[in-house]
Amino acid sequence: MYSQGLIGADGRTEETPEFLARFQKRIDAEEKIEPKDEMPEGYRRTLIRQIGQHAHSEIVGMLPEGNWITRAPSLRRKAALLAKVQDEGGHGLYLYSAAETLGVSREEMTEELLSGKAKYSSIFNYPTLSWADMGTIGWLVDGAAIMNQIPLCRCSFGPYARAMIRVCKEESFHQRQGYEIVMTLAQGTPEQKAMAQDSLNRWWWPSLMMFGPHDADSQHSDQSMAWKIKRFTNDELRQKFIDATVPQAEYLGLTIPDPDLKWNEDKGGYDHGTIDWDEFWRVVKGHGPMAKDRIKARKKAWDDGAWVREAALAHAEKRRARKIAAE
Amino acid sequence: MTATTPLWEVFIRPRNGLAHKHVGSLHAADEVMALQSARDVYTRRGEGNSIWVVPSAAITASDPDQTAENFEPTADKIYRHPTFYDTPEDVGHM
Ligand SMILES: [Fe+2]
Ligand SMILES: [Fe+2]
Repeated sequence: MYSQGLIGADGRTEETPEFLARFQKRIDAEEKIEPKDEMPEGYRRTLIRQIGQHAHSEIVGMLPEGNWITRAPSLRRKAALLAKVQDEGGHGLYLYSAAETLGVSREEMTEELLSGKAKYSSIFNYPTLSWADMGTIGWLVDGAAIMNQIPLCRCSFGPYARAMIRVCKEESFHQRQGYEIVMTLAQGTPEQKAMAQDSLNRWWWPSLMMFGPHDADSQHSDQSMAWKIKRFTNDELRQKFIDATVPQAEYLGLTIPDPDLKWNEDKGGYDHGTIDWDEFWRVVKGHGPMAKDRIKARKKAWDDGAWVREAALAHAEKRRARKIAAE
Repeated sequence: MTATTPLWEVFIRPRNGLAHKHVGSLHAADEVMALQSARDVYTRRGEGNSIWVVPSAAITASDPDQTAENFEPTADKIYRHPTFYDTPEDVGHM
């Protein structure tokens, strides 16, 4: 996911009104913009930032679940979790390659992640404390991701939209395997059901925060909507997610940890309680319980992998030289 | 690290009888690793049975600023289309 709540986009742009009007006409006609087409700098900058944050989120998102692969309770669960985490790695790679078409290099993006400059979804700065969290993450976090990513398949920027189509095809498995885990626990012993409830209690509010600040507080939303990078506002997507998820929790006999949650007949959706935005901003800014560990883990992977990258390049060079010598 | 790992474009043929189609790109030190990586990244769910990898630097693309000059003339050459020509109904479908 995880780009819905784009953090700190700057859609300001300095082109002439004629240029901007010409561009907007293409957008309004639902034409896709391709990498070498002319585009406002603000459009390019917003996309580099959004696709970058999205890619980083996929990559960092492998860590909380990777934490449980060796402790999965059965071979069936282990195989599924391993496949899911591998998919998330793949999502990160599709997205990095989409961002690179806009002129940013993989090295720059990696550097921004490792230095802490680049943001990623706040949800991954929470710890995975029990096996039930593997279920809840698939159910809620991937569920929220799907809500966000389906409209991104129609994003005006071609490479991003195409990457999202690939990603969306894979997400349904993620959510279903998660829901199956939660369901197994919810229908198990009282202790297992309590584990599922505890996990839902911890992940519910962070999942709602994944959609980003309320529309009234998200300054850059309007420009992104006009450029058709975004198709729905943060609050619209959050509402869809809540409406879809509440019945799923009811089916499991689990309680959503929001005493103010109630059906609103007039709007045909649920009203929810107040979201703790102070917590959201704390976590986004790297004060989440796991923020330091996440970056540390990525840095370690990068540093420990240096010799592999160097050896692969040296080997490629040797093969090239040998081929030339043989000709 | 000083050297950067080269970029490759990946093309996949979904099944025999279809053309290879561009699916995305990836970084790899050489063509052997590019192929292996393309298999892992782009074909985890039966997306195809053949992969091409091409160094991105080897691709020459047309200039989007010249799209009009390049491609619009084809639109006004209506005589290139069969419907431009009159044939009698009596001779049947042609
Ligand atoms: Fe993903
Ligand atoms: Fe996922």
